[in-house]
Amino acid sequence: MPRPADRTGEPTAGDTAPARIPRFTRAERQVHRATATLLTLCILTAACLYLPFLAELVGRRALLVTVHEWSGILLPVPLLLGLASRALRADLTRLNRYGPHDRRWLHSTLRRRRTGRPSGKFNAGQKLYAAWLAGAVLVMTATGLLMWFTHLAPVIWRTGATFVHDWLALAVIIAVAGHVWMAFGDPEARRGMRTGSVDAQWARREHPLWAAEARQDRPPETHHPPTGGAGP
Amino acid sequence: MTTDDAYPPRAADQGGGEDGPGGVDGPRGVDGPRGVDGRGTPVGRRLVLGMLAAGAAGIAAGPVLQRAYDSTLGAAAQNDPTGLSGLLPAGGGFRYYSVTGSVPHKNERTYRLTVDGLVRRPTSYRLTDLRRLPQTRIVHDVQCVTGWRVPGTPFEGVRLATLLDAAGVSPRAKAVRFTCFDGAYSESLTLAQARRRDVLVALRMQDKPLGHDHGGPVRLYVAPMYFYKSAKWLSGITVTDRVEPGFWENRGYDVDAWVGRSNGRDDAPTS
Repeated sequence: MPRPADRTGEPTAGDTAPARIPRFTRAERQVHRATATLLTLCILTAACLYLPFLAELVGRRALLVTVHEWSGILLPVPLLLGLASRALRADLTRLNRYGPHDRRWLHSTLRRRRTGRPSGKFNAGQKLYAAWLAGAVLVMTATGLLMWFTHLAPVIWRTGATFVHDWLALAVIIAVAGHVWMAFGDPEARRGMRTGSVDAQWARREHPLWAAEARQDRPPETHHPPTGGAGP
Repeated sequence: MTTDDAYPPRAADQGGGEDGPGGVDGPRGVDGPRGVDGRGTPVGRRLVLGMLAAGAAGIAAGPVLQRAYDSTLGAAAQNDPTGLSGLLPAGGGFRYYSVTGSVPHKNERTYRLTVDGLVRRPTSYRLTDLRRLPQTRIVHDVQCVTGWRVPGTPFEGVRLATLLDAAGVSPRAKAVRFTCFDGAYSESLTLAQARRRDVLVALRMQDKPLGHDHGGPVRLYVAPMYFYKSAKWLSGITVTDRVEPGFWENRGYDVDAWVGRSNGRDDAPTS
């Protein structure tokens, strides 16, 4: 990949801080935080309603039901509000579209290879997770509403809705646990979601195509404000 | 998910990163994706739509799949010594529901069941008093309104009608209200429902003394209705002149909770 010869955020001798690349805007981080909070509430209340040993410990079914219903119905709201953000819409486009490099990434990952895994801002696994979870949340919301407002739909729908809601809940919990596990193993990815920017070397290693693009997009001054004419 | 059809898939020039700045389409503004991102097949949108289709198919096929599951794995989970199958959806067996944070334990010494309201002889029973009365054992399925069903469960205890007759119900009475020592739960039946032969003040379940988690030492057992009518931790029977909706009934459940004919469900009747 061609690399411009000027200063590009590469840490060089004399740099005081490692170069950082902006990854998520404040709006995106708030959408993520609100969604994560609602989903956590939803999963925890579901566990207390469903698992006998937690139900015995916690009791208070009427309160748990109310919290579960409302955290569930509100789950899509942060993302819908976030559509007002241009950066978020741009990231949704990135998540939606799959290029040939995504196939290569999946191919390498499924063979447990650490190399030959090119990715843009999001790798193919992250893209699959995002779309799968978005679909799952919509299905959970729809089936949850059928169970909540029992007189809206024929009885037979409700049995099916309960069946789908139960089993998809199990799948969602496994997927979200995987998401948290991956984040647990990657402090820099977590820092990106917490502070909004990531280390440039991390970006080149994990998201090389995006790092190259970010370097071309952003004039160097935005990362390294010239202080007193400093320069190599 | 939103998609942006301003970026059509371009199969020819996706060599993996050889798109220079601006690519063929030129710059897209500060935040718009460039390079290889934001191009290609809209797999994300297809996956979301696929999930919605799968969800609809699951709702349609759910009743059949649920029956198949109940008769195979669900039945096997009944005899699972590890209890791990309890983590699976509808894994069979009873589920513990309490509407309060903690429920006090009552024993031989501390338990009392009072019968009052529109009766000539208000009474208070200890466990030993209840055990001395004629006992009835009946075996039916237990059906919860949330969907789980436990087949062929024996309950044993005193017919509610026996206690009502002993107290001498006033002619003005129309209904019976039940209260529980968890401090919150309540239930109700019409007098006619309460006098049915398959309504018990139960002392034993599955041929064992009723444990605390199952509502022991004494619970109501209303065989033909959804299991929320069978109030756990029963401590009070009050004869009233009208039906007062119970705990869940104030939260939208049906007062006349016949299995298969209420709460929008079509389960097979239990009694």
